[in-house]
Amino acid sequence: MKRTLPILVVLAVLLAAIALVNPFFLEPAGFLAFVKRAAPLVILAAGQYFVIVSGEFDLSVGSLVTVEVVVAARLIDGQESATWWVLLLLIAVGLLVGLLNGVVTTALRVPSFITTLGMMLILSGAVFLWTGGAPRGALSEAFRTFGRGNLGPVPWSVLILLAAGAAAILLMRSDFGRRLVATGDNERAAALSGVRVARTRILAFVLSGAAAAITGILLGGFAGVSAQVGQGLEFSAITAVVLGGVALGGGRGSVVAAMAGALTLEALFTLLNLYGISGALEFTVQGVIIIAAVAVGALRLPAWLAKHPPRKQGDTHVA
Amino acid sequence: MTLLGMRGIGKRFLGVRVLSGVDLDTAAGEVHAVVGENGAGKSTLMKILAGVHVPDEGTIEIDGRPVAFGHPLEAQRAGVAIIYQEFNLLPDRSVAENVFLGREPARRGLVDRAAMEAETRRLLDELGETSFGPRDAVRRLSVAQQQVVEIVKALSVDARIIVMDEPTASLAEHEVELLYTLVRRLQRRGLAVLYISHRLREVFDLAQRVTVLKDGARVTTVPTAEVGPDELVRLMVGRELRDYFPPRAAPGEIGEVRLSVRGGGNGRLRGIDLDLRAGEITGLAGLQGSGRTELVKALFGAEPFAEGRMEPRRPRSVRDGVAAGIGLVTEDRKAEGLALRQSVRDNALLVARATAGRQARGDVRALLERVRLSPPDPEQEVRYLSGGNQQKVVLAKWMTVGPAVLLLDEPTRGVDVGAKAAIHDLMRQLARDGTAILMISSELPELIGMSDRVVVMRDGRIAGELPAGSSEEAIMRLAASGEAT
Amino acid sequence: MNGQSLKQAGRPARPAVAALREIDPTKVIYLALAATLVIGWVLVAVDGGDFLTVETIVGIQQRSAALGIVAVGQTLAILAGSLDLSVAYLISLCSLVAAETMAGRDGGIAAGVAAVLAVSALVGLVNGMVITRLRVHAFIATLGTALIIKGVVDHLYDGPAGSVPDSFQRLGYDRIGPVPVSALLWAAVAAAAWFLLRRTRLGHRIYAVGGDEEVARLSGVRTDRVVVLTHVLCSVCAGVAGLLLAARLGAGAPTVGTDGGYDLESIAAVVLGGTALAGGKGGVAGTVGGVLLLAVLDSVFNQLEVNSFFKDVVRGLVIVIAVAVYARRRKGRQI
Repeated sequence: MKRTLPILVVLAVLLAAIALVNPFFLEPAGFLAFVKRAAPLVILAAGQYFVIVSGEFDLSVGSLVTVEVVVAARLIDGQESATWWVLLLLIAVGLLVGLLNGVVTTALRVPSFITTLGMMLILSGAVFLWTGGAPRGALSEAFRTFGRGNLGPVPWSVLILLAAGAAAILLMRSDFGRRLVATGDNERAAALSGVRVARTRILAFVLSGAAAAITGILLGGFAGVSAQVGQGLEFSAITAVVLGGVALGGGRGSVVAAMAGALTLEALFTLLNLYGISGALEFTVQGVIIIAAVAVGALRLPAWLAKHPPRKQGDTHVA
Repeated sequence: MTLLGMRGIGKRFLGVRVLSGVDLDTAAGEVHAVVGENGAGKSTLMKILAGVHVPDEGTIEIDGRPVAFGHPLEAQRAGVAIIYQEFNLLPDRSVAENVFLGREPARRGLVDRAAMEAETRRLLDELGETSFGPRDAVRRLSVAQQQVVEIVKALSVDARIIVMDEPTASLAEHEVELLYTLVRRLQRRGLAVLYISHRLREVFDLAQRVTVLKDGARVTTVPTAEVGPDELVRLMVGRELRDYFPPRAAPGEIGEVRLSVRGGGNGRLRGIDLDLRAGEITGLAGLQGSGRTELVKALFGAEPFAEGRMEPRRPRSVRDGVAAGIGLVTEDRKAEGLALRQSVRDNALLVARATAGRQARGDVRALLERVRLSPPDPEQEVRYLSGGNQQKVVLAKWMTVGPAVLLLDEPTRGVDVGAKAAIHDLMRQLARDGTAILMISSELPELIGMSDRVVVMRDGRIAGELPAGSSEEAIMRLAASGEAT
Repeated sequence: MNGQSLKQAGRPARPAVAALREIDPTKVIYLALAATLVIGWVLVAVDGGDFLTVETIVGIQQRSAALGIVAVGQTLAILAGSLDLSVAYLISLCSLVAAETMAGRDGGIAAGVAAVLAVSALVGLVNGMVITRLRVHAFIATLGTALIIKGVVDHLYDGPAGSVPDSFQRLGYDRIGPVPVSALLWAAVAAAAWFLLRRTRLGHRIYAVGGDEEVARLSGVRTDRVVVLTHVLCSVCAGVAGLLLAARLGAGAPTVGTDGGYDLESIAAVVLGGTALAGGKGGVAGTVGGVLLLAVLDSVFNQLEVNSFFKDVVRGLVIVIAVAVYARRRKGRQI
């Protein structure tokens, strides 16, 4: 919890700053609208967290989101009746892509950066090969409800986010979660303790694939069908996770912080908009902030090292 | 004449005194051995000389001039080179590139490969090394050959003092002879060689003088001609306060066979016959490379036996081993035992979470108290713990699943005296509760003090077995030559 | 005799034997390239076409020049154990800087080239300093830089801007016999990088830092400086690619770098060429092979009039399979 605190403080400050400029933000409707907009990225970040904390990367999620949306539009093609089986299929596609990423990475020992980069090319190529170059068809109303509809006063996507967030937190508290972090921290120690390291990592990729599927479903409704819907989302998700203080390389950081990182990123965008900073400069500010955030996190380390000199060689005489 | 003089060297780590008032001097053309038990302070002293650690007290003089090293490079420039057990080489680069790394000879701004290779060749020739050349990739060399590369690297920086830290630790028997030749050549060139070794034979074969360290202080420095092996052992080991060991198992306490191997073998092991019994602590002795660690890893399933029978079953994987009720405390707890950034709780529960159902957990705090973790705080990150406390967490990790057989590879290495006693007590207690324990230890006093019997390995086989309370000499003789007394 | 002589070293024996199984990935990539050429030739011939025409060969070279130049720079960064995700946006920025500075004047060429080199070197310097001084993971540092550049470029430009004089456009399209000038530029950059890696101290130290930073440091290598210089060179390569693309387009374009996917594609080409993503191992020759292989695949597909999306699929497969093959060869030494 200690390590989650900084990002929660930053998030609180940003939310307060937004509220200051825009009092509507304090009303339930205003705040829910914000959470609704943030939901897809938060869920995607939670999925990416599992992969990163196990010591890997998933660069394929952006194009997977695109695939999900494009496939949904083509298969549903406006028919309400097709909604449900397509939803199931989309989830299955997400799981399958994650499974492939995981198996190639662990069994063939391809660095996950390359595996998922290759998957990114394959997915975007394959889906447009199938649709003939541009998205076709249309989503059904029922499908769109998830991304844009409400249940009473609460948007569906907020409910889905709450469910996904709770599931992610529970997963990380479960035995699987602890094994996952241990694997990312010290693969060898985990393996010698009986952890099935490969299987654990594969599951992390599967979870990331599932998160991308859910994100695709939400974004399809929220943002509509386009070939660009998932573009760059892999980097946004990784940024969010790292912003939450989760270390690339694995073994450190909490899923709550990763999700808070995604919310922080969205809050930042909202704030920049409110202050009239144009869409493009958002990226510049985002770039500065992510470097600064990680730098501040990293700079604490040297101070620690000075107090605890590394002892690389041989036996230690220190009790 | 004195080339190097270290005077009154003292060093503390995190408030623990590891060296105090140590003097060491050596002359050009001398091989000077430094011996002592684990934890005596040899490595720290040598790292101070090499500029890795800065001493808290004392002075270092080279050629009578005082020097102070804040960085390994400064020591290197002053003519000190250290060859660690773990080599500092780039496996994917050539021999010459490694030798000249950071000091590549250049002509008109360009690296002069020809000069680099010629100089490497010359130094290799000088050492009589013809089995490989300057262009070979280091990755393709044997350990002994890589050691030669390290020596060439030292020579190429004009080192005048070479520190060799356990240089024979990873060498095969015939390679040790070649190393002798090398060391003598260095000596003839007028270099001073500080030779750290546990092997007394090497000390007497090579060194003119030997300095004995014990508990961070110098016991004596004597010419090797004026001291015998037994005397040297007494100087190193003999202590006023004998270690306390818990009482051994009474005959009635040793129970049924918990694990049994017949004809176990794999690439590194042959014809292993071994029984481990409930309530018994079996010591496992052997020289470096004799296959001790390989044996426990095979029993555990991490590097499984390829042949032979094993009861209750022959594990083919770690999970098999754990399922068969076997636990392994590895030699290197940081690399293989712990997830250092995780909490004590997460580490202690790792095995249970990986292999057993929910029922296996129990009360973590009670478990930590049982292994005498101090303080028994389950939320502390393991990396902040002392070596002793870390080892207790590793033990706790296995106690959650209550293994029938516990294999301990150097369980008290790098552990302070207090924690060591606690671990010894815990081992005996576990044995009394019915666990069969196999313990590897390089410290023979510990091995003898703890074991109900000692199994000795040699060349991947079991050379023999000795009863409780056998002498160090008997164990050594069996380990070195295969002869029982 | 004494108990201490039983001490065991903390180090497992090095698996020296595993090395013998290894085959140079550079050879693998050139074999694959040759095989692709032959198969492509056969397929196109069966299809009734002629693969090895001057146009195809020129096309392959044209197509690969820009990616090739970026990938050479990326090779340096990856060899040093780093990587650079900012190259795509930097290319866009540099194309704009070039076209705006030149503003269609012949006299502006020198100033344009100088401005591009200065801007790109500065970006590389920033990347390197953020990584070494602020200790930010290269992935995040260069991603951050990429976003910063993207923001600036998108903020200032909506579409193509500036213009490049005709004389400079010749860099994009002229050729000497069957060899385009752009290919010569690529060859020169690759040769320079090869020379740098092989014959200069910096080159040797790039391998050392990527191979084992601690060993390099203990041997007296100023590792931070090596990383910074490497990033400067990598960015300058991206700048040169930006110049080339500006010459092709006749103007600067804010999306020319990202449209080409030069960030991830250059990394893919480097890894395809057998350079280890972790650094310390590989070289420019492999990268050149990797880039050519991708270009030949492209060319074959074009001639067979295969859907361009199918190319992406094959490309992704080829990259993953190649790295899996290399990983298999290295299997023995992994933990």
